[in-house]
Amino acid sequence: MKIQVLGTGCAKCKALTANAERAVAELGLDASVEKVEDLREIAKFGVMTTPALAVDGEVRSAGKVLSPEAVKALLVR
Amino acid sequence: MKPPVARPDSPPSPCCCTPPAAARVASSSGRSARTALALAGALLVWLAAYAAIQPVSERIAFGLLGLGRTSHLGQSVAFFLYDAPKVLLLLGLIVFLVGIVRSFFTAERTRALLAGRRESVGNVLAALLGVVTPFCSCSAVPLFLGFVEVGIPLGVTLSFLVSAPMVNEVALVLLFGLFGWRVALLYLLTGLAVAIAAGFILGRMKLERHVEAWVYESMRRGAAFEAERLGFVGRVEKGREAVRDVVGKVWPWVLAGIAVGAGVHGYVPEGLLASFMGKSAWWSVPAAVVIGVPMYSNAAGIIPVVEALLGKGAALGTVLAFMMSVIGLSLPEIVILRKVLRPPLIAAFVGVVASGILLVGWLFNAVL
Repeated sequence: MKIQVLGTGCAKCKALTANAERAVAELGLDASVEKVEDLREIAKFGVMTTPALAVDGEVRSAGKVLSPEAVKALLVR
Repeated sequence: MKPPVARPDSPPSPCCCTPPAAARVASSSGRSARTALALAGALLVWLAAYAAIQPVSERIAFGLLGLGRTSHLGQSVAFFLYDAPKVLLLLGLIVFLVGIVRSFFTAERTRALLAGRRESVGNVLAALLGVVTPFCSCSAVPLFLGFVEVGIPLGVTLSFLVSAPMVNEVALVLLFGLFGWRVALLYLLTGLAVAIAAGFILGRMKLERHVEAWVYESMRRGAAFEAERLGFVGRVEKGREAVRDVVGKVWPWVLAGIAVGAGVHGYVPEGLLASFMGKSAWWSVPAAVVIGVPMYSNAAGIIPVVEALLGKGAALGTVLAFMMSVIGLSLPEIVILRKVLRPPLIAAFVGVVASGILLVGWLFNAVL
């Protein structure tokens, strides 16, 4: 499973990355959390608000800092 | 791209129901009733607290602390004890309401509303949507790309990018709380006017060739995630989130700003600033803009200071121009926009917006 956090490196993006990492650790998933900071790469996902979260290349959330619990809910369904 | 569907009674589609959403729908009527009750209770507490500020603050300053009503220290302390809770209460209420309003507007929905609009109508609509759409300057570029992608004209996009930071709900609340509704309304209307006019003029200037070339090459792949369904309880939760987020972040600035304001209120003599920030000094408006543009502060920190300046004889137009250039145009946002806009366009953008602010300042100084 590949988890990507899309954001240019503002405080909210860092918070989302940390929450995603915590969710992965708590679920014991074999998944990598990767930060996508390049604007062109972010544009390719088609999101208009950051931070956004993509799972296996598919955008699942945009424009907010999900709590670790909310990330878990996205990952396990 | 689908606009978010926001009907509390609509069942979640089977493909996208997360467990919490499902639970929310199952007991939605009970939770709605409880939420409504909690809201009513909170409003009563708020009203009681607001009514108590004046008597309590005076009793503390002049009774408990025994400060003289006419002393510098007494005036400063009373000012602080009255203004700080008042502004924080107003801030909490308005941010909550704005949070709820904004839950109806996502960037995606705003884009859908703007797509295919003619320029003039589009500028007006973009400026208005800039006020209610949630916006953070770190999202300015993805938003810009998203707008350009569906063919929204450059000038319309820029109207949005001017209005979104400049017409700011925190600034509106503080202006309302400290100067009354007339000044708040003036700020809202002139802020919108600057955003509309600047976007329109920039659109006429045909600057599309100064947008970085890759902007038009990349993308064309809308994100296909489902917008969440909120309902009444979800929207109230959004409002609470906004309060936690905004008030939690700005309260130290508000207190610091009011403290500085309180010092000026008690100690700086009346009219001291009139000579160089007053109406007669025409150059004070451009000076305020030149100082304000590179400065970056949130509205919360700047306004209480501004209030104190105003009380000591600075002219309203000068002060408004200063405030608009501090929160509307900022160096960090310009640096971010540089990634998609080439320098000539950046220069035109800053120049046109700053000129608009300048005109607002002079207009107010001349009229009021």
